[in-house]
Amino acid sequence: MPDRNDLSEVPRPEAAGVARSAAAPGGAGTGQPAVEFRDIDIAYGKFVAVRDFSLSIARGSFVTLLGPSGCGKTTILRSIAGLVDISGGQIMIDGRRVDDVPIYKRNIGLVFQSYALFPHKNVFDNVAFGLKYRDVPKPEIARRVGKALEMVRLPGSEKKLPSQLSGGQQQRIALARAIVFEPQVLLLDEPLSALDANMREEMRVEIKKIQKETGITAIFVTHDQEEALSMSDRIVVMNAGAVEQIGTPQEVYETPATAFVADFLGKANMLAGTVSRSGQAIAVTLAAGQTVEVACPRPLAQGSKVTVVVRPQKLSVGTAASANRLSGRVVSASYLGGSAIYEIDIGGKTSIRANAPITGRVLREGEAIDLGFDPEGCVLLDEDGRRIS
Amino acid sequence: MKARRKEEGRWAWRLTGFVTVCVYIFMFAPIVATVVLSFNASMFGGFPMTGFSLQWYGKLMANEQVLAAFRTSLWIALVTAAVTTAIGVVTSFALVRFEFRGKQALSTLVILPALVPETILGVGLLVLIKAVDQPRTMLLLVLGHILLAVPYVVLITQARMVGIRRVYEEAALSLGASRFSSFREITLPLLIPAVVGGALLAFTISFDNTSASLFWRPAGVETMPTQILSMLKISISPEINALGTVMILVTVGIPLLGGLILQSLTRLKRRDEPKEEAR
Repeated sequence: MPDRNDLSEVPRPEAAGVARSAAAPGGAGTGQPAVEFRDIDIAYGKFVAVRDFSLSIARGSFVTLLGPSGCGKTTILRSIAGLVDISGGQIMIDGRRVDDVPIYKRNIGLVFQSYALFPHKNVFDNVAFGLKYRDVPKPEIARRVGKALEMVRLPGSEKKLPSQLSGGQQQRIALARAIVFEPQVLLLDEPLSALDANMREEMRVEIKKIQKETGITAIFVTHDQEEALSMSDRIVVMNAGAVEQIGTPQEVYETPATAFVADFLGKANMLAGTVSRSGQAIAVTLAAGQTVEVACPRPLAQGSKVTVVVRPQKLSVGTAASANRLSGRVVSASYLGGSAIYEIDIGGKTSIRANAPITGRVLREGEAIDLGFDPEGCVLLDEDGRRIS
Repeated sequence: MKARRKEEGRWAWRLTGFVTVCVYIFMFAPIVATVVLSFNASMFGGFPMTGFSLQWYGKLMANEQVLAAFRTSLWIALVTAAVTTAIGVVTSFALVRFEFRGKQALSTLVILPALVPETILGVGLLVLIKAVDQPRTMLLLVLGHILLAVPYVVLITQARMVGIRRVYEEAALSLGASRFSSFREITLPLLIPAVVGGALLAFTISFDNTSASLFWRPAGVETMPTQILSMLKISISPEINALGTVMILVTVGIPLLGGLILQSLTRLKRRDEPKEEAR
């Protein structure tokens, strides 16, 4: 696979949450990654779920594997736990190769989407389970379970059975159970997906807080871009078993490396066009007929096919629209309180989504609308859907 | 219109009730007759009753043959229940949790003894034993009963095992429990209702069995059902009614008792667990 992960080209020995392993400094003292994948392949029979996956995760960081269902993110998570066998490559945890280490000797904390609390054991026994198998003396177990329950803000729930707890409470207990024995890595497999919307937001903050307090290395799997953006130090965007982009939330959101990333994170507008004037700021003639000016990092030949990626939030609407003025008609408008989302038909079967703060009144369906965007406020993709840099 | 519909509904209910009562009478009348007649004072095992008496039970208690048959049946049923349950748990665990070549064939094979007529199984095992020139022993009888009971126990434990999500075992493993420990601490306790249910069923299947036992029992050994059969050959004595009542008591009473014990166990556990853990 060609290296699309251009963001990691500069090795960051200290701050690096994630870098492609090729660029990572490797196991030199404190720089040793907590988890490292070296070219792993995972196949179920003939179906290849993950190919050539390399990633190195710095100790104490919060890394999210983000992608649509079936992209291989859960498979990778399960391979760290040892619940899935890899068919090629190596997985290292704290510099130790774990391919042949059985799951119960890997010392990892695992949180499941379905909580998976033992239904016949009470909260105390659930949380104490991992400690019991590490030969921790009983008084110490009681102390640490108490502390873990305080951390997840459910102290005094020791005697309850899982069936007596709400979904959110169960997931907190599951989190306490996974961190109480201080595992080397905490793996979270879509832990918020089974919760209702309000609970999800609360747990998001909570998980992040606990991860920071304990300083544990966390790997989080989700298909929810909001969760990924709000919680992660680094995001690994995956599609069809391969990595699309690795970077900080801001990097993957603002400078998507591929068309897939641009579309998956925040539904960006993708405007196809042809370069009509080359130079520092190139002109692109869109399929809809308009010509816009876009900043380009390197010169492009006239006539090259490009895609201009503009986030709905980067579009200004009405009189505020300055550069790159486009006009069209409102197809639909949704009022969100502070802002409004417009679907705008700009002709040529192209529709644009704009999310703009409300200044005057909210425009209605069928009304004419002006919109524009800054030449710097967009990203250019080449014909193959890769970012031009 | 409305009233008419109501009227029709009432008749439908009456008819349903009538049929239900008939079915129950049909099912339970013979049992009731046996039990009632076992307390008859008359010499003849039939109506009308001449008076209340426990003499037939007394006679039963004094009958060495009957007592021996009862002990034999009890032992065979207990051993069958224990062995069958162990086989059932292991088999269903393998069938539900692992993927292997020939799994489908194995799961069909395990159920097969339940589909083959008992008489054929009885003759088949006998022919096999003759072919390898072995005598009919108690072991053969017990093995035969196990063969008969395994399909039912596997079906029960398998159904329960399917309901136990794999994620519980994965969680236990990730927390540091070995495969054996996670089975012992997580899977088995969650499987207990099926284990108890299966054991009780195996016990009843073995204790009740007549036709196959007739083929397999060693010379001179009688189980309860075969004992009743041989007594019937001589006469229809009221003693048989008493014996039948004892059989009913055992085969109905033991599962009932087991169910009650299981229920109270889970209830007790729920109440006690928190206390016990407040160290």
